[in-house]
Amino acid sequence: MNIFEKLMDYLSYPFVRYAITVGVLIALCSALLGVILVLKRFSFIGDGLSHVAFGGIAIASVFNLTNQMLIVLPVTVISAVLMLRSGSRAKIKGDAVIAMISVGSLALGYLLMNIFSTSSNLSGDVCSTLFGSTSILTLTSFEVWLCVILSMLVIAVFVIFYNRIFSVTFDEDFSTAIGVSSKRYNILIAVVIAVVIVLAMNLVGSLLISALVIFPALSAMRVFDSFKKVTVFSAILSVVCALTGLLLSVLFSTPVGSTIVAVDVAAFLLCYIMGTASRTP
Amino acid sequence: MNLLTVKGLSLGYDSQVILNDINFTVDEGDYLCILGENGSGKSTLMKTLLSLTPAMGGEMIYGGGLKKGEIGYLPQQTFYQRDFPASVREIVMSGFAARGGFKPFYSVADKEEAMENMERMGIADLSERCYRELSGGQQQRVLLARALCAAKKLLLLDEPVSGLDPKVTEELYELIKNLNDDGVTIIMISHDLEAAYKYADHILHIGDNVYFGTKEEYINEYI
Repeated sequence: MNIFEKLMDYLSYPFVRYAITVGVLIALCSALLGVILVLKRFSFIGDGLSHVAFGGIAIASVFNLTNQMLIVLPVTVISAVLMLRSGSRAKIKGDAVIAMISVGSLALGYLLMNIFSTSSNLSGDVCSTLFGSTSILTLTSFEVWLCVILSMLVIAVFVIFYNRIFSVTFDEDFSTAIGVSSKRYNILIAVVIAVVIVLAMNLVGSLLISALVIFPALSAMRVFDSFKKVTVFSAILSVVCALTGLLLSVLFSTPVGSTIVAVDVAAFLLCYIMGTASRTP
Repeated sequence: MNLLTVKGLSLGYDSQVILNDINFTVDEGDYLCILGENGSGKSTLMKTLLSLTPAMGGEMIYGGGLKKGEIGYLPQQTFYQRDFPASVREIVMSGFAARGGFKPFYSVADKEEAMENMERMGIADLSERCYRELSGGQQQRVLLARALCAAKKLLLLDEPVSGLDPKVTEELYELIKNLNDDGVTIIMISHDLEAAYKYADHILHIGDNVYFGTKEEYINEYI
């Protein structure tokens, strides 16, 4: 059992255990939110927001902030609210807003980093921000605790408002008519998504976040027929994929983010085949 | 008893007025059919009545102890609902979403009430089925059951039969008629004149000339 021993050896390091804790929590949160985003036809918002977060990181590094969260989180939350608010009114306009904000902040972020960066390895910095690379393995205990607390909040919000979130996701007009303000819940969802995106940047980097958000949800929708089952399965699948990906990347020293996403893609293909097989008797 | 009085209502969207000076009243137990051409503002009127779109002028007075949120609404289906992964029960139960403060789960009483409403709509046997696998007529029944969970007195129906075949359309109209006989007040948008003459007791015609009155008056005046 060579691989097993190697694994046990790695697991004895605290940074690997940190990475696994954070990875599981982020996978769980992003899958929960992913179901809503995919059903609301907002799959692309995760991508847009992650670019905004990239811009935020660039600004933070220009100002040499030790704690980048202080800039990245508020900037991303505000952008999320702007994107989802316009999205609920005019669909095409919302699309354009997302594209605009996302590429705009990506370009500005890279520009800022290029002009002001003091780092000797700029392209390495940019690459690790975009693809996550090893930042999950260098988490400080403060970051881990922040991630744990924020994830718990996200999960709590999701459980407490589950019924209303379902109602608003299925039918905004009906929900508003019976007194569940869609506007308010869209903003709540936007804020929660922003938090999840910022957390997930550590895990897979800003380019691959969308994968973490949409793949488990899409996989679950292929196989299951009720909202509750889709949500629960999507969360479980996402956690399993993240764990598998993390362990594989540690064992074979592949990049963490892209390994996790590759496992997500494989799981989706599996679910797609299962879904098709069960639907054609 | 008077449920709704609309006086001098102007409506529109994006600060553009599309209809002016609409007046009508709805009493408890009425069956009001709103007729009009495509694009005449029927759906906007309904959204204004539900406060989804702000009124541009005039007033709407709800009476008979009717509170905000006690109006059931059957919207037109959006394209993404057609492949939404949710069971019939989940969708019907979402009619209760505004109830019960911040409890994350529905009560047993809610579940029983949802079951009753599904039985009333003849879809109790479908409760565990997936919404996206149902036929158009069945989907409308599910949404009607949901509206009944949200409200008992007044239902607003936005073209409930659009896209359904004649037989299913007739069945759905009968179902709505039964609800009306049970005392549920109905306001329905339609461009189906025959159904309006057959089932409604009041008619509101909007468009270039606005008319409101009983069905008999409308037939005498226009036909």
